[in-house]
Amino acid sequence: MSRHIRVNPILCDGFGQCAELLPELIELDEWGYPIVSEAPVPASLEAEARQAIALCPRLALTLERRRAAQPLGAAR
Amino acid sequence: MSALTVREPQLALEPRLLSRTSCAAPLPALSRAREREHLLAEIEASGLTGRGGGGFPTATKLRAVALGRSPIVVANGTEGEPASSKDKVLIAANPHLVIDGAVTAARLVGATDVVIAAGRADGRGIAALEHAVAERRGFDQGIALGVVAAPDRFVAGEEKALVNWLNGGQAKPTVDRPFERGVRGRPTLVQNVETLANLALIARHGADWFRELGTPQEPGSALVTVRGAVRAPGVAEIELGTTLRDVLAGFGGLTAIPQAFLLGGYFGTWVSARDALDLPFTNESLRPLGASLGARLVIALPQDACGLAETARVVRYLGRESAGQCGSCYFGLPAIATAFEMLAGGTADAPQALERLSRLVPQVEGRGACSLPTGATRLVTSALRVFAHEVDGHRAGRCCAPRRPAVLPVPDLHEHEWS
Ligand SMILES: Cc1cc2nc3c(=O)[nH]c(=O)nc-3n(C[C@H](O)[C@H](O)[C@H](O)COP(=O)(O)O)c2cc1C
Ligand code: SF4
Ligand code: SF4
Repeated sequence: MSRHIRVNPILCDGFGQCAELLPELIELDEWGYPIVSEAPVPASLEAEARQAIALCPRLALTLERRRAAQPLGAAR
Repeated sequence: MSALTVREPQLALEPRLLSRTSCAAPLPALSRAREREHLLAEIEASGLTGRGGGGFPTATKLRAVALGRSPIVVANGTEGEPASSKDKVLIAANPHLVIDGAVTAARLVGATDVVIAAGRADGRGIAALEHAVAERRGFDQGIALGVVAAPDRFVAGEEKALVNWLNGGQAKPTVDRPFERGVRGRPTLVQNVETLANLALIARHGADWFRELGTPQEPGSALVTVRGAVRAPGVAEIELGTTLRDVLAGFGGLTAIPQAFLLGGYFGTWVSARDALDLPFTNESLRPLGASLGARLVIALPQDACGLAETARVVRYLGRESAGQCGSCYFGLPAIATAFEMLAGGTADAPQALERLSRLVPQVEGRGACSLPTGATRLVTSALRVFAHEVDGHRAGRCCAPRRPAVLPVPDLHEHEWS
């Protein structure tokens, strides 16, 4: 089980505050929307990750637990 | 060019999905848990996978939804793909088989509500479904059947969008997965109409019968739409694993030397004619080319057409069809379309356009709440690969195929509704 940051792209308004708080895992595309790393959140960044999630004005970020395989993840 | 000559039609296939005799036998009883488990095992053994583009194993989906409380079944016949007609043809030819499949799926997962969705523009399909539902009145004990006419948007057939629209919203995707939280918040099985028709046939004839056609990994038949440079464009049922050459022969053969095929739909993949012509029509054999069966669409692009110009029009269309909810899709797809148009326009700006595309594609791929952005980048990437020689020509300011009618149909700028 690992933890990953997930963004709800429908809620996100792209002001990019999260990328300032957590540049190690979040970068912005050229329109200012976050590209979130697929990598697990390392223990050393857990506090920053929680802060970025808590401060997102649109509540678009979540911490997601992932098991090795996602059963019904990506349909087309 | 002997490698591209076409043989006699090889599609002498006894139609299953498009024949009404296939639904003459009664459906099996499913009132007992043992009977349902038997059929679920049979569907698993049949290897049936989704026919709506994703290719997900149907038995796995049925089992997941069956675990939920009072689920709902949605038959997806919306077919928003502009060049595709296979679901419309199936619905018109055999509405009862589709409904049989939906009712059987409902009994398997414990649903009492079945919604059958077709596209609003598909008047013939809606009428056929409504007529069939009326004919069945009193037959499907304990199941409520409804027919709905969904908005005609490319994205409206995406399962989360369809569920959102059925819930009274716009036909735009959400982030809720239907099998967990779908129509009225209930677990929802969304299944393509061709998948359901196959399910009804497996319920009647069993897994071994189903596997008499196709390959061991990809059993069964498939409805395909074939258009472009073929004599008799349209829809036919083929055996999975038939070579593309034989599929084309079944559509009257080629009318011109093809340079490439678009496989899968508008978020499919371009493959060069030479690479693909003798490959069996299966996901397995197309995978090395980066292609898949997708929405089972084949468009043969004749030698005198411009693959870049054709792609540019489709990418612009896909950008227009963005539901405008996710920034990377709303901004990214039009930006890609603009860069691609620059490239296809054969102007001196082509080198910059190519460079811009190489920066845009990674920013858009895999983003968004649905696969529209990923599908669009797949199309663009494959076009740059397959038409690489043309890219060089266009970089030098040359377009190979000046004014000729478009091969890939793109709906006019429309004001189709989202709800
Ligand atoms: C943009 C988009 C459009 C889609 N359009 C359709 C469609 O018109 N018909 C369809 O059956 N599936 C469509 N799909 C796939 C559905 O989301 C879903 O995977 C499918 O209906 C599931 O049925 P199946 O497992 O039987 O294939 C679309 C997906 C996307 C991302
Ligand atoms: S802070 Fe939230 S709303 Fe702002 S860009 Fe990041 S995810 Fe989007
Ligand atoms: S990715 Fe595009 S089409 Fe899909 S939900 Fe987001 S904005 Fe809509």
